[in-house]
Amino acid sequence: MNATAVSVLTRALAAMAVSVLLSVAALPSRAADWSIDQLMRSLAEIKSGRATFIETKHIAMLDRPLVSTGILTFVAPDRLEKVTVNPEAESMRVDGDTLVIKRKKQSMSLQLSDHPEVAGIVDSVRGTLLGDRDTLERLYTLRLKGSSELWTLDLIPKDSRMAAVISAIRVTGYNGNVASIATTQADGDRSVMVVDRITTR
Amino acid sequence: MNPDSARRRWLAIATWLIGAALCAVQVYRTTFVSDLSAFLPQSPTQEQRVLLDQLRDGVVSRLILIGIEGGDAKTRATLSKETAGRLRDDPAFASVANGEAVNADRDLMFLFENRYLLSPAIDDAHFAVDGLHAAIDDTINTLVSPAGLLIKRLLPRDPTGETLRLLEQVNGGNRPNTQFGVWSSKDGARALLLAQTRAAGVDIDAQQHAMQQIELAFAAAKQTQDIGDPAIKLGMAGPGVFSVLSRDTIKDEVSRLAILSTLIIVSFLLLVYRSVTALVLGLFPVVSGALAGVAAVSLSFGNVHGLTLGFGTTLIGESIDYSIYLFVQSRRAGDSGASDNWVARFWPTIRLGVLTSVVGFSTLLLSSFPGLAQLGLFTIAGLITAAAVTRFVLPQLLPEGFAVRDVTAIGERLAALSRHAAKLRWPVVLLFVLAAVALVGCRATMWNPELAALSPVPAADRARDASLRADLGAPDSRYMIVVSSSDQETALQSSERIAAQLQPLVSEGVLAGFETPSRYLPSVATQQARQASLPVHALPERLIQAVDGLPVRAELFAPFLADVAATKARPPLQRADLANTSFALALDSLLTQRGSRWNAILPLAAPVKAGVPTEIPVAAVRRALAAAGQSNALFVDLKAESDNLYGGYLHEAVLLSMGGLIGIIVLLLAVLRSPLRVMRVVLPLLGAVMLIAAVLVACGHSLTILHLVGLLLIVAVGSNYALFFNPERSVDPDAQTMDGISPRTLASLVFANLTTVAGFGLLGISHVPVLQAIGVTVGPGAVLALLLSAIFARSAPGEAT
Repeated sequence: MNATAVSVLTRALAAMAVSVLLSVAALPSRAADWSIDQLMRSLAEIKSGRATFIETKHIAMLDRPLVSTGILTFVAPDRLEKVTVNPEAESMRVDGDTLVIKRKKQSMSLQLSDHPEVAGIVDSVRGTLLGDRDTLERLYTLRLKGSSELWTLDLIPKDSRMAAVISAIRVTGYNGNVASIATTQADGDRSVMVVDRITTR
Repeated sequence: MNPDSARRRWLAIATWLIGAALCAVQVYRTTFVSDLSAFLPQSPTQEQRVLLDQLRDGVVSRLILIGIEGGDAKTRATLSKETAGRLRDDPAFASVANGEAVNADRDLMFLFENRYLLSPAIDDAHFAVDGLHAAIDDTINTLVSPAGLLIKRLLPRDPTGETLRLLEQVNGGNRPNTQFGVWSSKDGARALLLAQTRAAGVDIDAQQHAMQQIELAFAAAKQTQDIGDPAIKLGMAGPGVFSVLSRDTIKDEVSRLAILSTLIIVSFLLLVYRSVTALVLGLFPVVSGALAGVAAVSLSFGNVHGLTLGFGTTLIGESIDYSIYLFVQSRRAGDSGASDNWVARFWPTIRLGVLTSVVGFSTLLLSSFPGLAQLGLFTIAGLITAAAVTRFVLPQLLPEGFAVRDVTAIGERLAALSRHAAKLRWPVVLLFVLAAVALVGCRATMWNPELAALSPVPAADRARDASLRADLGAPDSRYMIVVSSSDQETALQSSERIAAQLQPLVSEGVLAGFETPSRYLPSVATQQARQASLPVHALPERLIQAVDGLPVRAELFAPFLADVAATKARPPLQRADLANTSFALALDSLLTQRGSRWNAILPLAAPVKAGVPTEIPVAAVRRALAAAGQSNALFVDLKAESDNLYGGYLHEAVLLSMGGLIGIIVLLLAVLRSPLRVMRVVLPLLGAVMLIAAVLVACGHSLTILHLVGLLLIVAVGSNYALFFNPERSVDPDAQTMDGISPRTLASLVFANLTTVAGFGLLGISHVPVLQAIGVTVGPGAVLALLLSAIFARSAPGEAT
């Protein structure tokens, strides 16, 4: 092979390497087009809606997981209602900072600011369903993975009292819809809520 | 001077000086008070008595409601937290609540550690196998909800979910809204705090100190947070605050009124007499009257209220009248025999005037308000003394040749005016008709239905108190059951029995809920019953059977077995165990000790429909009370009580005023012996009353009980002047104009009237509603009485009866 051919070959190889490098580098940047900004905006587009949920709780103390089903309703800017139908009727409603739980004619109200562990769970559901970026960023560190067709958002609690009870919350979804919310608690217990059929009212 | 008159003279002067000295000693020993209790009516019913006691000494009286307004919500929240933090360190306060969960952990700990003594679900059935199964199942299902997070770690020790049940019980009630972690008003414009002082509400000095501490803490908080905005302010309300404010107001008022009235009257008299001697001599009856008045009240009531002293300005204005008559009517008062002359000619009329005033003010004496009774006695004693001193002592003190300047010239001008007065008769009659029509027309809206209008606390402060209470979501304190017992344990047991009967009413929806002290501290009997139902030996066996079918293993609950065994053996809970939890304040406001009696209060909450509380059916509650068999329990509907109370006082005021009027007419009839003459005296006075009432109503004032009293006083005080226009016979040889009134007499009437009007008129500008109402009616009323008497006096001069 003469010198010209070698240099052409070398240059072609280099070009190929560069283009391969570039294409490899392009992959994450294409995924990074789906940013937290865009996610929050598409989540926030739906101002109110209803969904059914199936929640499975794995608690170490118990021999088998607990399953409950019911209906979630959310209304911007800060209302969330969770009505459990099975196994026992219960309704939970959050308005701003106040949480009201009604079971069997007994009603209890709490302030979320007084109970960060409860806030941690409630706000993860409410914040993602409503696309409330400010609240989510105030309470958690956000990490987004995936694309718009299938994304995963990890929420790590910032407050120490919250972090003592909740390790992490993983939300998955597609486009502007939330598909599942999985909570891992510090003592190892897990809960997974699958959300289905979000209809806009 | 003959020995007889000399003896008379020394006797009169000596009696007067000794009397004055005795009164002065009594005044020196007098205690002066200025709290609100003089203007709280003597409670006729047992219900009201219990509650008024609460207001004076109870926990309610120690609460100071605080509102921070201005700025934005976040700043207010920061200031609320900072101020509350500082106040919590202050020994003057037992507790300071602002919505921060300072006690949340301690509260939960308290409920958890004492759950088997506190929980209402603890009985034998609860620890049977079925009961355990149901309770554990329920608790496991709760783990699904966010509330479950709070109790998850408690599961091994509390499988039957007592802690959650207790949390629901104490958190179920009305809470104030919160913003940024602190309580705020419904419209979000105010941050709210509730402070409880250690000192009782009746200790005004301590309450004032507490108020100062709050102001200082707020100022320090602003400084620390670098907030310089003067628009951010702190406002306070509550029974203790009201006491302090009223005391300050009353003190200011009394000194202001006393100084002003003295200045006005002194300058006026100097202008008229142009003689300092005359002024000083003229003040002797006034000072004697004031001393006698204060001494009489102090002896009869044990203390003298500040407002009574404030009313003293009217006494000054009225009692100076007698010396004016003496100096002006007798030509040369110092001449020997001149005063005897005066006594013979004018004293009967003056004496009758004093008597009508006494009858008028005695209606106050009979009132249910101790404060008004003091005013009545003060005036009666003062007037009688002043008149007596003028009649018996003053003539003896006048130096030879004493005379004030001749006011005949002024009198002539006044006489000329009054000759034209008769022309106004028909226009005035027309005015009467108009006034009557107006009053009849406004009959329905004329009266102010608020008992609170009589309170010396200014309306603005009362409004602020009402809105702070509403914002704090204080349970509608209209309905309550009060149980009085000889000791704490009996009181708690009674409230438990009543609570047991009230619970079904809540389930039926008749009541929205209720509070009971036994929720926070069950009676020892109940605690021991609950301990007895804990089956320590049988429990492990029953537990194994109970978890059959549930996703748990019985081994998990070993800590539960240990806790149950520990609870069974421990001593019962006491009040001291609640210290440092939020429940301490709750218990203290519901269970109070007063002397040797213990009172338990069970406030009832009415069901709310569309945001408005409805009425509780009284019959249902009374049935429940009867079923509980507690004879020492009272059901109180505060609104109904105070409506009835007001109706009662209005009724009483009308009766007293009518009685006073009839008394005056009877007195006049007895002395004047001619119904026609009595009519001529009284009709102009009644006309004045009608006109004043109509003008007040037309100006938008709604009349209270005190205005009614003031209208009666117009007749009593005005008669002093009206009588001169209708003398028994033409006693004045200088009479030229109608009815034998000489110009000098007319002048003396006008001067006397002006000083009286000055005295009452000053009350009319007072900030205290009680004084203002009387001043605003009697001041103008006295002037009108004089004018109308002049207009309607008989026109033919020198006409004999």
